[in-house]
Amino acid sequence: MMAALKIDNSGNTGRQRKMHPHKFTLWIGIGSILMMFAGLTSAYIVKRNQASWTSFELPKVFWLATGVILVSSLTMFLALRNIRQRQMARYRILLMTTMLLGIAFVLLQTFGFVQLWKNGQTLQSTVSYSFLYIIVGLHALHVVGGVVALVVMFLKIFSTRQRNYSAVPVEVMSTYWHFVDVLWIYLLLFLLMIK
Amino acid sequence: MSSVENLTGHGTAVHIDTEHGHHEEHHHHETFITKYVFSQDHKMIAKQFLITGMIWAIIGGLFSVLFRLQLGYPEETFPWLEDLLGHWAKGGKLDPEFYYALVTMHGTILVFFVLTAGLSGTFSNFLIPLQVGARDMASPFLNMLSYWFFFLSSVIMFSSLFVQTGPASGGWTIYPPLSAIGEASSGSKIGMDLWLVSMAMFIVSALLGGLNYISTILNLRTKGMSMTRLPLTIWAFFFTAVLGVLSFPVLLSGAILLLFDRNLGTSFYLSDLVVNGKILPNEGGSAILFQHLFWFLGHPEVYIILLPAMGMSSEILSTNSRKPIFGYMAMVASLFAIAILAFLVWAHHMFVTGLNPMLGGFFVLLTLLIAVPSAIKVFNWLTTLWRGNIRFTPAMLFAIGFVSLFISGGLTGIFLGNSALDIHLHDTYFVIAHFHIVMGVASFFGMFAGVYHWYPKMYGRYLNNTLGYIHFWITIIGAYLIFWPMHYEGLAGMPRRYYDFSSWESFKMFGGLNQFISFVSIIVFLAQLLFVFNFFHSIWKGRKVTSTNPWGSNTLEWTTPVNPGHGNWPGEIPEVHRGAYDYGKDGKEFIPQDVPVGADESHH
Repeated sequence: MMAALKIDNSGNTGRQRKMHPHKFTLWIGIGSILMMFAGLTSAYIVKRNQASWTSFELPKVFWLATGVILVSSLTMFLALRNIRQRQMARYRILLMTTMLLGIAFVLLQTFGFVQLWKNGQTLQSTVSYSFLYIIVGLHALHVVGGVVALVVMFLKIFSTRQRNYSAVPVEVMSTYWHFVDVLWIYLLLFLLMIK
Repeated sequence: MSSVENLTGHGTAVHIDTEHGHHEEHHHHETFITKYVFSQDHKMIAKQFLITGMIWAIIGGLFSVLFRLQLGYPEETFPWLEDLLGHWAKGGKLDPEFYYALVTMHGTILVFFVLTAGLSGTFSNFLIPLQVGARDMASPFLNMLSYWFFFLSSVIMFSSLFVQTGPASGGWTIYPPLSAIGEASSGSKIGMDLWLVSMAMFIVSALLGGLNYISTILNLRTKGMSMTRLPLTIWAFFFTAVLGVLSFPVLLSGAILLLFDRNLGTSFYLSDLVVNGKILPNEGGSAILFQHLFWFLGHPEVYIILLPAMGMSSEILSTNSRKPIFGYMAMVASLFAIAILAFLVWAHHMFVTGLNPMLGGFFVLLTLLIAVPSAIKVFNWLTTLWRGNIRFTPAMLFAIGFVSLFISGGLTGIFLGNSALDIHLHDTYFVIAHFHIVMGVASFFGMFAGVYHWYPKMYGRYLNNTLGYIHFWITIIGAYLIFWPMHYEGLAGMPRRYYDFSSWESFKMFGGLNQFISFVSIIVFLAQLLFVFNFFHSIWKGRKVTSTNPWGSNTLEWTTPVNPGHGNWPGEIPEVHRGAYDYGKDGKEFIPQDVPVGADESHH
């Protein structure tokens, strides 16, 4: 396939490398994602300072979701530690747990939104709820992206074509996963404090 | 494209790179699909961006010819227009709705698809790995995705030209509420949704590309290539990518909110609206919010367009003057200053939207500050040329033309940066003249300079010089003839985006001038087709490049074979021992970057 044309870029600088290029790329990508949420949250602040802003309450189930994503960060951290120590069986289980917790997070948030919707606090009801749906929804989309990557990573473990014990993809994955976790905590605090 | 690959590519690229592994014999796996379509080779991706960009440029340029026909000859009818456009030009006269669609799509296509993807997409991809000394981008796969997202975005935008209600027509800035309400105009119906979805794909493409450019420049430089030895092209691409990565996501936020407003009944931008006598239910939104989100991208975007042209012109001016670039560090610092200021001036697009005049004062100050780094750059370009041993290649002419346009367009920026003058000048042809010269045509000149200069590296052949000279002179004279008169029209208050000026007593006197502008723009458009012909003809029939370094240039791309394979250098990547601008040093005409510093060399 296309992978046949793999160009190995690692090791062509004479300097001591501090970071794998993929990891570095991810960090810049994180900066970029942050800018998107910065755009949304600053739009939110601007709107909040105008007339006709209505406050809102977050659904209780978001707290449970927060707990779930925090635990998933922990399992991701342990998964990375285990692949570094070549504990493949444990790594596999921990990766799968992270994946399931990620799915649980998204489901819990969806559940929260369904509750809101049933109470009449729909997307269109007020600007504040519109923002809530979009900001939280876009974050959830980023978690879904992470879950998809985890699924791919999980399936690759069982690939008979190639065995890979490299920790780099897992490091990239775990950096991203901790990022969506921290991003959620930031958004949660933001939505709690400025509402 | 295919016939030129066998010069040195296949023969030597099978060399085994002992130190770096993985690299040997990769040519054996290439098929047509992996080589030309889903290529992960940065050079092929660059060509894909360039050719797609050229197709867009022809479409976008043709649109300007169509609406210039209306502006120059408002009384005339052109029956062939009806054949071409159907119900958009009944009786051979452009429909007013479609006139707006043409203006909107001209802007969108030229700003994003040609001068962002076609310019920075092409040359960042092509030059970054070659000039920093890397085998490919940090992630060739993401790089390939970047092109295909651009392609997808292009397909969506192109398809919007063919929907019944026409493409987006609210101006390239798509300000709500016009763009948010389908009933408001036919261009705000499905065409607008396609515009937004296409731009979302475009943003993904720009981000994937930008991530790659940044991490390649910071992580994959060859041994000895410190940041201060980088050619100015690379510095320019670096800042361009940083601007893109930080500003495009904000536009994405704005576009997402607009999509929700359009389709899901939210009111981010909408409030207190009456359309066709019907009161809309939307409450509590603010149209100004969109303008902030849009221009937070929109202003950096003009530097995303301009910086690559600056970088390439710097490189080409120095190479063809046979002189070091004057003030290398000042050039880098001024690029940096421009990149920072780019984020702090967006509200100068909003002086007359009810912005707090006090706040406007700060934005005036910051805007005028950009004149400082810009003037440094102009000074350094001129001093680089000063008493140089100038070779007037077509690339050099276009680079000099870039400097000329940047000066004349930049000066009018000082007028427009004043919030007081802006009360009179905003939304007039003065603005049109300013940004077309300084951002549009100038960047086009940078792009042409780049194509003429690096064409031998891209295809192993030269472009035809005579056609190049004809192309240059018609384009530079034409560009000034088109846009210079617009300054006068603008000062007289002639507003942009109007369909027909002949019914206004105050603008009637410009009828002849408008006709003249339209006439010249048709000629200039035809001259660009000459370039397109030259480009494609030379791929197969151009004069072959026989030496690896035809311009006597210092940068690393000229140490590769005439037709480099995937991986760029058949052997080891060269080590860098000096900066990129050792021209005319110690009696030597030029000393490439990979030449070690000699014992008898003067200061280094």
